[in-house]
Amino acid sequence: MSRERRSLYHFAHARAGDKGDRLNLAVFVYKDEHYRWLLDQVTEEGVYQLFAHRGVTGVKRYPMPNLAGINLVLEDVLQGGVNGSLNLDGHGKTLSSLLLSMTVESPVSR
Amino acid sequence: MTVVVGCGAGFSGDRTDAAGPLVEALLHYDAPRALMFETLGERTLAAAQLARLQDPSRGVEPLLEAFLAPVLGDCLRNAITVLGNFGAANPEAAGDQVAAMAQRAGVKDARIAVIQGDDVRQQIHSLDWQPWEGEHRELPDSNDVVAANVYLGADALVEALAQEAQVVVTGRVADPALALAPLRYHHGWARDDWDRIAAGTLAGHLIECGAQVTGGYFADPGVKDVQGMHCLGYPIVEVERDGSLIVTKPPGTGGLVTEQTVKEQLLYEIHDPAGYVTPDVVVDLTGVEVRQVGRDRVSVKGVRGHPAPDRLKTTVSFLDGYQGEAEISYAGPNAMARAKLAQDTLQRRLATRCPADMRTRFDVIGISSVFDGDAAVWRDSPGSSSEDIRLRLAVEHKQRAVVELATQELLALYCCGPAAGGGVRRHLNRRLKTASYLVRRQDVTPSVSIRNGS
Repeated sequence: MSRERRSLYHFAHARAGDKGDRLNLAVFVYKDEHYRWLLDQVTEEGVYQLFAHRGVTGVKRYPMPNLAGINLVLEDVLQGGVNGSLNLDGHGKTLSSLLLSMTVESPVSR
Repeated sequence: MTVVVGCGAGFSGDRTDAAGPLVEALLHYDAPRALMFETLGERTLAAAQLARLQDPSRGVEPLLEAFLAPVLGDCLRNAITVLGNFGAANPEAAGDQVAAMAQRAGVKDARIAVIQGDDVRQQIHSLDWQPWEGEHRELPDSNDVVAANVYLGADALVEALAQEAQVVVTGRVADPALALAPLRYHHGWARDDWDRIAAGTLAGHLIECGAQVTGGYFADPGVKDVQGMHCLGYPIVEVERDGSLIVTKPPGTGGLVTEQTVKEQLLYEIHDPAGYVTPDVVVDLTGVEVRQVGRDRVSVKGVRGHPAPDRLKTTVSFLDGYQGEAEISYAGPNAMARAKLAQDTLQRRLATRCPADMRTRFDVIGISSVFDGDAAVWRDSPGSSSEDIRLRLAVEHKQRAVVELATQELLALYCCGPAAGGGVRRHLNRRLKTASYLVRRQDVTPSVSIRNGS
């Protein structure tokens, strides 16, 4: 039986930070017991696909079990960064919301 | 012993009335205490350098007085040390301004330290440059460089405190150094007590963005609710000698301090959490524990430190052409189709009127903008049912005239474009870009000068 598909937004919160053309997205599940599920659902490959249209060249995921979260580092996704981008949001601050719009399989409830 | 540090500003555009409640709260601690202001982003410093090039007395944080004047007298009279990077491109002039403010607050002999040595623009040819790990650009031509500033660590600030400075004015320093310095000084931590230096750096990191750890940049109605966003309390860290710390905020203020707010800020702008590189220490966050220990009180412990790097990050700002932006609105029935027609029309005009090396981007604001890449892959996404749309053109080129012409083409849509377009706005700016490199620590010489009154 396939599980319900919803957006990550229902299960996690996130914040974006920028340095140059690099973006980090810190993502935390609301419930600590969803941490393993987060690792299954939010993979480097999945995030790469989500940001492919922005010209991302690499995604590195750092698991942080102590925080029930992950840190994602995306390379070259800001198309010039805060001082070089033509995007209204050169910092990429809104991109935490793009990540949270990612479709995931709902966690199995216990 | 506990040492307490508050943060009264987290960026150059921050609220200017935040420090008042912080100082009131700091007064209630029977402990060494300090108040920091972090007002210097990558972009802010470059803008300040440009201002100074035009007028040698400028280049100071424009809101320095607005941030500091309301609380300076109380700080000076009550042994609350003030540390701020509001010196921006001109720490000496900022020191003058602080001295004048102290006089006006009725304090004649305030000891004000000015830290310099971060500005290495004059040494650009003699330094040994390596690209920072995320940097692809070659070092720009020195004729275009308007600013080159090294991220200094806490050493010079600690020295200033040892010389009994009451206010420490800096230009570019690593943001957390503004908190690490008083923590190192009062706790007597050794320069190479890496776990402690990491804890002090983490304390600074958690509060350096002001309200971002106390409920700012966090609220999402119905999901992550925050009370009192109009009067957010700015953060305070209480740091023990062993490096364990508590994040809190002044009583009676809005916002909240929870494990969620602290965790979001803990990883803010962090890349590898096991190796967060600062001038003072390489911080390892992988063993950090975050625990709610009371209302608006969150304990953070378990951070580890590794020896400080041999090279220091340096941000170089350079002029690189012009950016133009122009927007026009379409609303009501068939708005999306008219906006698309306007875009198609403009694209054909720009293709013949402007050089091929002009960078161009279109947004359809209200449908899809900030999530998009410049190639507009998402723009035909479903859900384009809005009847209030703003078409935005952004361009960049070396020549000002090209950028002017491109945005003028959008303006011409008033008469030549689809029906009922309105509300055109145009902007043109010189492009000030930044790139990051590493220079050898031994080539950088921070200095401390102390003035006694004005």
